Amino acid sequence: MHVIDVPASLDYRALDALLDSTVPAPGKRLFDARHVRWVDPCGMLALLAAGTRVGAHGGELPHLQLPDQTDVLGYLARMGFFTAAEGVFDMNVRAPRRTASGESDVLLEITPITTNSDVHEVVDRVQGRAGQILSRTLRYPLSAVVQFSVILSEVCQNILEHAEAPGWVAAQAYRWQKRLGRHVLVISVVDLGQGFRGSLTEEHSARFGDRWGDATALEAAFIHGLTRFPDSGRGQGIQQIRKQVRRWDGVISIRSGRARIADVPTWDDMPPLTDGMEDFSGAAITIILPGPGDDDG
Amino acid sequence: MGELSLPPIQIDVGSLVQRSVATLYSHLVTRPTGRAVRLAIESLLADAGDIALSLIDLSEVNVLDFSCADEVVAKLLLRYLDPDRPREAYFVIRGVSDIHREPIEVVLERQQLATVAQREDGTYELLGVRSGSEDSVWRVVETHGRIRSDEVSLLLPAPEDRTALRGLVRRRVVFADVSSGTVHALSKLAAGTT
Repeated sequence: MHVIDVPASLDYRALDALLDSTVPAPGKRLFDARHVRWVDPCGMLALLAAGTRVGAHGGELPHLQLPDQTDVLGYLARMGFFTAAEGVFDMNVRAPRRTASGESDVLLEITPITTNSDVHEVVDRVQGRAGQILSRTLRYPLSAVVQFSVILSEVCQNILEHAEAPGWVAAQAYRWQKRLGRHVLVISVVDLGQGFRGSLTEEHSARFGDRWGDATALEAAFIHGLTRFPDSGRGQGIQQIRKQVRRWDGVISIRSGRARIADVPTWDDMPPLTDGMEDFSGAAITIILPGPGDDDG
Repeated sequence: MGELSLPPIQIDVGSLVQRSVATLYSHLVTRPTGRAVRLAIESLLADAGDIALSLIDLSEVNVLDFSCADEVVAKLLLRYLDPDRPREAYFVIRGVSDIHREPIEVVLERQQLATVAQREDGTYELLGVRSGSEDSVWRVVETHGRIRSDEVSLLLPAPEDRTALRGLVRRRVVFADVSSGTVHALSKLAAGTT
């Protein structure tokens, strides 16, 4: 059995490592998550994507060895990880279920995005309970809740319109006491579709010639707003998300194929463009939005 | 001179989105939703008179994303600016708050469009792409409510202002009555006071 070590800190920084560890290989795979101590939406969705990919290549579900720590298990349950992981992992163990009643501190549980109405559902949830968490608990202004909803709507539509495959979205707020001394919103959207290069190749590859690849396709969509649709109203979703993220002094990064592109603020050290990673035929969008600080009124 | 009769058609987008996409939500998000709402608006306009003044009311819409704004605002305006438009139609976007303004401005800018909007406090503004002359001439028309053809030279003595007025007529952010030559502010037509 081939063992894939899941990083102890399973967050947005571990996403590439986890996706890159799932290159096709024969035999049963085991994801060893026993030592996971910290997990965020990016880590959860990366784990689901990696498991799905391994299962698709190997023909049988990979095994997931669950985290030892009960608080990590409880958090995964509250985020709906175990429901989403059914049919992705063979878990052998009875994983804790999400409780159906009571107040939840979860901003947006792992939600599959397969139809237009799923996007409406996500926005409705954010405008409801999640909006209350943002405005009452975290002191985000109402306008920020709406902007957050718009960002979620646009990134989820990216799955439906460009991936041509299902995906997931999840979001949560954390307090980054040491790094920023404030709350951040972490949004993760992952799909296992055709990726940005796959979406754009037919319409745009010819003009790039030999330079065409995952990094060029990401630059075309991310920086220049190109889409495969001839309609001039298209392609503004990502551009507007970037604008909103800059306004919040946040991070947005997109991993697709062998490349990743990002807008990075001064407080993070992620490179703006990375190429030559293992092929991930899909897209993983990560957005991190710092909220108002304690002194921001 | 006879009064111009152009009864406005009120379109509550919040209810229209619920009827058009059979949903309980009144959030104006996703491109398919926007497309459904735009087609529903076009369908309502099909039953209007020769010239339609449509008041697109966003006051019950709590979330408007960029994709939906492109469909419901930009593509709707483009359709009725097109020489092959299905009918003569003018639009005023009502109930525009801060949460709607940015998506609307973005899609208007991208398609080089302008539109008349009514803020939540009832005042009117011109949104989208316009020159400085167009902006000031639109305000003159707005202030006067209507400008008869024999008043144009008096109120807009500069040739560039008269060029701007023709631009505003062409872009359908003011209404020119071809029979009388009078130019009307859409806000006054919307209120039925011109």
